[in-house]
Amino acid sequence: MLLLVGWEAMVRAFGIAPYLLPGPVAIARTLVTDWQTLAESWWITMSIALAALAAAVVVGVGLAVLFSASKWVERSFYPYAVILQVTPIVAIAPLIIVWVNDTRLSLLICAWIVAFFPILSNTTLGLNSADRNLVDLFKLYRASGWQRLVHLKLPAAMPYFLAGLKISGGLSLIGAVVAEFVAGTGGEASGLAYRILESGYQLKIPRMFAALALISLSGIVLFLALSLLSHLCLRRWHESEVREED
Amino acid sequence: MRSVVSCRNISKRFANGTVALDGANLDVRENEFLSLLGPSGCGKSTLLRLIAGLAEPSAGTITWDQAKEGGRAGLSFVFQEPTLMPWTTALANVALPLKLAHVARSESESRAAAVLASVGLAGFEKAYPRELSGGMKMRVSIARALVTAPKVLLMDEPFAALDEITRFKLNNDLLELWQRDRFTAVFVTHSVFESVFLSQRIAVMTARPGRVQTELAVTAPYPRDAHYRTSPLYNEHCRTVSAALEGAMALA
Repeated sequence: MLLLVGWEAMVRAFGIAPYLLPGPVAIARTLVTDWQTLAESWWITMSIALAALAAAVVVGVGLAVLFSASKWVERSFYPYAVILQVTPIVAIAPLIIVWVNDTRLSLLICAWIVAFFPILSNTTLGLNSADRNLVDLFKLYRASGWQRLVHLKLPAAMPYFLAGLKISGGLSLIGAVVAEFVAGTGGEASGLAYRILESGYQLKIPRMFAALALISLSGIVLFLALSLLSHLCLRRWHESEVREED
Repeated sequence: MRSVVSCRNISKRFANGTVALDGANLDVRENEFLSLLGPSGCGKSTLLRLIAGLAEPSAGTITWDQAKEGGRAGLSFVFQEPTLMPWTTALANVALPLKLAHVARSESESRAAAVLASVGLAGFEKAYPRELSGGMKMRVSIARALVTAPKVLLMDEPFAALDEITRFKLNNDLLELWQRDRFTAVFVTHSVFESVFLSQRIAVMTARPGRVQTELAVTAPYPRDAHYRTSPLYNEHCRTVSAALEGAMALA
């Protein structure tokens, strides 16, 4: 709050032109006046980010389960996951956009590539970190592979998965925005990144800031939502949720 | 008395070259309370894990009296740590073995609740492990082992991490459960006092190479209670067992 007031005061005191640095009030005003276009773009970006996150969860957890079932599968496929992770998304995004005809789908794929690795790597670690004695106990009672997965490995991996999910949430949004930047103004799917580029060309700097503010706000809300989810899942039992007064 | 399980010339060498057991012999008799006593690192826990089938011996044979006990099927194990699933309730933890055996949910929950009550934890069904004290967690762990009505109960220093007051209480309660259910108990400990209080027979082990040095009988009658702990007979047994343990350690 103090930061916003200081910012506004600075802009007014020094008479900084709005095309260099608009004050928060000007940005808020633009948010209201341009709400129609901004909201539309916001929804496009968010739907891509959320779909990418959902795909990241499905593929990340699915692969992690496969990896934990067989060391052989893990050794064969984990390197590819690492390659996907370390390749800069801006470098391969144009390729993907060329290969995949549908703009939305190609953006989704880019966002997914950025988002899925933390979930895969965290869940893999979690599935392998079940208490050794509990593993023995399941062996003693002749648990099937399926029972071991459902009743032991998946619950044990839960905290790790949720930590990965929190990271991936922000990454999916960043991935969606970056990919759209690379796709440029040519795309028919015009998300918030498109609005930022467009506003930049038209020197509508307050609108650019408004779009930027929307992205940041969405990222924060996404993070808070995932933190809440994590809290609800772990509060009864996990060490990270234990409070002093308990 | 017939043996439930016989171990002959058991050796266990780990991948890193450590020899935990070398030529260990042991017979576990039906319905007895047997303690494996020895210093740390004498392979007593390893021997228990071999009996449970959690590891394979490098040499030697372990034979179960199949006809009598249904082999390893009627076996339960209590670990050094409570080894509970932290993400679920005490009741669900106790019901786990029944769930894995596909017993119907309503039946497994009522049986689990009954066993929880028998270890003194009625009213704690819905508690999560981290809300329970160390002693209570161990009670849940014992309840989980008993819920399948095992023929043989293997315990690997289950009370080693507890304070003395809690340990005494759990010792008393364990004996009560044993007298009621009459399972065969094999109890690993490094405490002379605990083994003399609990068992009918004590197998004293040597360290490196681990093997059973002597077997001693504790003749004191059951039920054993706080009076037994202060009786001259208890003292005498403790002295004999201590001497045997020292003798075994001198060999190492």
